[in-house]
Amino acid sequence: MLNIALPKGRLGEKVYNMFEKAGFECPSIKENNRKLIFENSELGIRYFWVKPSDVAIYVERGAADIGVAGKDILLEYEPDVYELLDLGIGKCSMCVAAPKGFRDDTKRTLRVATKFSKIAQNYYSSIGRDIDIIHLNGSIEIAPILDLSDVIVDIVETGTTLKENDLEVIKKIVPISARLISNKSGFKFKSQMIERVTSELRRQAEDRND
Amino acid sequence: MKLDLKYLDSTQRIIFSLVPLYSRYGYTPYKMGKFEEYDLYSKNKDFLVSDSVITFTDTNGKLMALKPDVTLSIIKNSDPSASGVQKVYYNENVYRVSKGTNTFKEIPQVGLECIGEVDTFDRGEVLLLAAKSLETLSDSFVLEVSHLGILSAVIDSITQSYGVKKKLLDCVNEKNLHSVDGILKENNISSELAEPLKHLINLYGAPQKVFKELEQLESALPIKPLADEFKEALSIFEGTGLEDRILVDFSAVGDFNYYNGIIFNGFINGVPHSVLSGGQYDNLIKKMKRGPRAIGFAVYLDLLERLDTQYDGYDADVLLVYGDSSDVKEIKAAQEKFLNEGKTVLCANNFNTNLKFREYYKLEKSGVIPFEYNA
Repeated sequence: MLNIALPKGRLGEKVYNMFEKAGFECPSIKENNRKLIFENSELGIRYFWVKPSDVAIYVERGAADIGVAGKDILLEYEPDVYELLDLGIGKCSMCVAAPKGFRDDTKRTLRVATKFSKIAQNYYSSIGRDIDIIHLNGSIEIAPILDLSDVIVDIVETGTTLKENDLEVIKKIVPISARLISNKSGFKFKSQMIERVTSELRRQAEDRND
Repeated sequence: MKLDLKYLDSTQRIIFSLVPLYSRYGYTPYKMGKFEEYDLYSKNKDFLVSDSVITFTDTNGKLMALKPDVTLSIIKNSDPSASGVQKVYYNENVYRVSKGTNTFKEIPQVGLECIGEVDTFDRGEVLLLAAKSLETLSDSFVLEVSHLGILSAVIDSITQSYGVKKKLLDCVNEKNLHSVDGILKENNISSELAEPLKHLINLYGAPQKVFKELEQLESALPIKPLADEFKEALSIFEGTGLEDRILVDFSAVGDFNYYNGIIFNGFINGVPHSVLSGGQYDNLIKKMKRGPRAIGFAVYLDLLERLDTQYDGYDADVLLVYGDSSDVKEIKAAQEKFLNEGKTVLCANNFNTNLKFREYYKLEKSGVIPFEYNA
């Protein structure tokens, strides 16, 4: 049985459709109910919906053999997993944003509000800038408005929320998209099935890029 | 001394199976203290799995550490003037930070080290012992083997920049083919140079298949002697029945400052992380001036708890409850009757109701009487 962790929400539904198109369908998943685990015993696959930020944990700890997680989660949590494929969906960027017209006063420690402390820390260490991280769990955009922070590090998809809060992107740190990940041990024992899934999904990702 | 393994926990049972295995191959036991001078770890930080070490100041003012690693201590304490090879095994606890809780954890490890004039046979033997260790633990296992020399030659052909090499090595470790081009583009390196690396990331499987495909890279890169040596070490598995458990996979990587040559990980079906890891660390032993070559591995016993299927939910077979009127001889006689039947027995005047037993008995004037107990 191949266990697959999918991120709950719109991205997860897109991802499931890719799996279905690849021949790994599980019709019961589309029934309107609150179940979280769905199985197709004929194909030997089981899907489960989990919180997007938890997919990497399920896979790293072997509850799922494979799963789909955002690159942001992989960079932040650094799970010990294989990153087999960039699915090319859920595209956005990890960015530094600041109030319009912001100029960095390098004589002072830069205050950075973010949900992604490790990514922010790694980025600013790479450019040698001393920062103070303010870890927030949501509504990051209001931190500079209330003078809680100078800048924010967050995911930017369309930039609308930033614009509405008078913020602008001052640096794109890294592009983000959904990645197919695999447990390292699971890969050794279910490699044929995982390779099949990977190559079918790769074909779809490449077709989309063409 | 007669030992009944069924009464031991999984860690103890594994130790009792692995120690005789290593002894049969001439490895001698190596016992060390719990503490080591912190200096040893501060000089070799990158060799450690984690930077964090539990330290304390000893009565003489020296900064000491609870061992986060065994290999460094064995190398440090080895005799630099000894000739030939030293083959030792150990059974020790190490203290490391657990990723989930970010707190220190005591981790029991069993492992072996082969240091000194190590040759291809010794390396093969260590690989064989790693596979046999896994075989002792489970019927379903895989030993993943890689060669850092080959990987290093391939990466060196792309760049000399330490930062770029590190990023490419991460890609190899993650089987992440899709990020390689991006890294090269960022650093203005032609993507054509990465073709051998991409080939290597995709290359895994049975040794025969992998070595055949490696031949394609041999004309362009100086890897033939390394591949031949790798092949020769793996030839030790011929006729052992373990051949199909060996998987060559270049995604197994290690720090080039310490490791070189063969590197390997052991996986057991049902355990999400590698339960055994090891490799050739000639660079480290040379740095510490203790010999020319070395190879070893450790089995992480804490990860194997989940394999223990022996727990049946009972604390003992029999509970024998005696009253205040019973004397010691009577209780002992009743207890021995059960013991002679090979059962485990807890005798108690008043018993802990949280415990669970297969059979419940009362010792009364009329004799031993069974009773029903529903917790």
